[in-house]
Amino acid sequence: MIKTVVSVELPVDERMEIKKNRLQPDVLTGQEKRICIVTGIHGDELEGQYVCFEVQRRIQQQRERLKGIVDIYPAINPLGIDSITRGVPMFDLDLNRIFPGSEEGHMCEYAAYQTIQDIIGADCCIDIHASNVFLREIPQVRVSEQTAARLLPMAKQLNVDYIWVHSAATVLEATLAHSLNVRNVPTLVVEMGVGLRITQAYGKQLTDGIFNLMIDLGIWEGDRPKVKEPIVSTDGQVNFINAEASGIFVPCVQHWKHIRKGEHIGDILDPLNGEILIRVSAPCDGMLFTLREHPIVTVGSLIARILGGVTVDD
Amino acid sequence: MIKQELFSLKSVYREDMQIYGYRFGQGEKTACIVGAIRGNEVQQLYICALLVDTLKNLEAKGAILYNKEIMVIPSVNHYSMNIGRRFWPNDNTDINRMFPGYALGETTQRIAAGVFEAVKEYQYGVQCASFYMPGDFVPHIRMMETGYHNTSLACMFGLPYVLLRKPRPFDTTLLNYNWQIWNTNAFSLYTNETDRIDASSAHLAVSAILRFLSRMGVIHYNGHSGYISSVLSDEELRTVKSCAGGIFRRLVNPGDEVTFGQELAEIVDPLEGTVNYQILSPTDGVIFFAHHNPLVMENTAVFRIIKRMHI
Repeated sequence: MIKTVVSVELPVDERMEIKKNRLQPDVLTGQEKRICIVTGIHGDELEGQYVCFEVQRRIQQQRERLKGIVDIYPAINPLGIDSITRGVPMFDLDLNRIFPGSEEGHMCEYAAYQTIQDIIGADCCIDIHASNVFLREIPQVRVSEQTAARLLPMAKQLNVDYIWVHSAATVLEATLAHSLNVRNVPTLVVEMGVGLRITQAYGKQLTDGIFNLMIDLGIWEGDRPKVKEPIVSTDGQVNFINAEASGIFVPCVQHWKHIRKGEHIGDILDPLNGEILIRVSAPCDGMLFTLREHPIVTVGSLIARILGGVTVDD
Repeated sequence: MIKQELFSLKSVYREDMQIYGYRFGQGEKTACIVGAIRGNEVQQLYICALLVDTLKNLEAKGAILYNKEIMVIPSVNHYSMNIGRRFWPNDNTDINRMFPGYALGETTQRIAAGVFEAVKEYQYGVQCASFYMPGDFVPHIRMMETGYHNTSLACMFGLPYVLLRKPRPFDTTLLNYNWQIWNTNAFSLYTNETDRIDASSAHLAVSAILRFLSRMGVIHYNGHSGYISSVLSDEELRTVKSCAGGIFRRLVNPGDEVTFGQELAEIVDPLEGTVNYQILSPTDGVIFFAHHNPLVMENTAVFRIIKRMHI
């Protein structure tokens, strides 16, 4: 059942519409739990598109097993997705920095407000992001320290490789996830893959996790998929590697591999002079869970993140 | 005048980007004025360029007081300005949402850190700012209510209005907010334009800054006294939104006095030319902000009116 959550008239013969698809049992008891799967806040993050499709495909195959309500919002920023734009075209602020929005505010703030109102009351929300176009991420859930106690048990059901418990930042109080968490909708932020691309394997992995969580919530009946035991870490264990020269970064390691201190990660090249400007090495032992995807770097560009002191089977 | 390089950044194929500060006078770090942080802030660049020119002449005449130092940073982000982009060319991030910055972080965090290191110890900080929505303002000083704000000082600019507003979470990474947290009296100065030069409001801004510096005992400058500013809070502004999308035909300008029920704008059908809607004023007052794009979406804040204010 497709429902239009937000509809705003654009200048010339078009409406911007945020839509959701609701899947529910044929007969409702009124006691059904509800999960919301939200993605596409950033128009350049497409990994969630495949998850929205795959969740529905599996439900449609065994519709009789659906015992609760699944609301799927594939495009909170439809204009951004359509125009390959991270933000909302013609609006300067990041859409994920204006929640909970305002009924009286600008079109984007109004859209944020209406989206929140539509989700409120759900038993769980999963906000799926990809990385941006610059970095590749392993499937992971990010939760803030304040919400960790409540959210970690749910996050562990999601079949991700890693859960990052990060410190609070005031600026993050304006995200969809924070706004829902303070309104009693447990909301998990998933990051995986890379911007403007779809990694089907990650999508299937997360979909397994969503079904696992839906079984826990009483929304789905069926055999539990086998899920991974994620690594859980805090900020203190994460090491950042930033570019110390501007040039072309070429990696020589694979993503999500164990790496030793001093090991060669890649080089920053100067194609004009044919020189290696910087040899990038690992500052510690650990797992390389973020790796630069876009080759052009300026001084400061993030190249990699390493989860220190951790080893997993490659 | 001393021209000093504050920050330098290497690129793969472009010339290095240098951020310069222009210092006038010597001694206590008294006033710092920052211009274009975003690539379309041409008016803000122009205001600072005029200010550098004026301060150069004033310094030559001995008009800068003893033990007072002024720094002007006209441009922080000409890498974007030179290629017609508003935000950082490489990753589209906004330097003005990266303060106080991080010297070991990502590129725009490093730029923000380099700038903040240079500007953070001044007693007064003025940012020539632009708004995140397209439109025209009456010239005013804007301050955030951080607990460190001082509206009396803001009135010293002699502009018609001082707007005090509550910070939102995304404001905590702005230069203005961080200046205040680091004990600088910070002010954002808004004029009519951003990506085009409006000479008269640019001169008004320069006069306001010089008036403020004079009143704070930083320079000798015999200028016009300006206005006794009206201090406004967000609650005193009434937002008027568009009820439909279409061609936006504005009938009033910032600074105009309007009456309840007066027609402020028309929304014209973009294909058939008929006037679909008239936007009427919900209150008596003075137009503080007006949308200036020829097209408008539904639900856009097209006017902000100072309620029950008369000129």
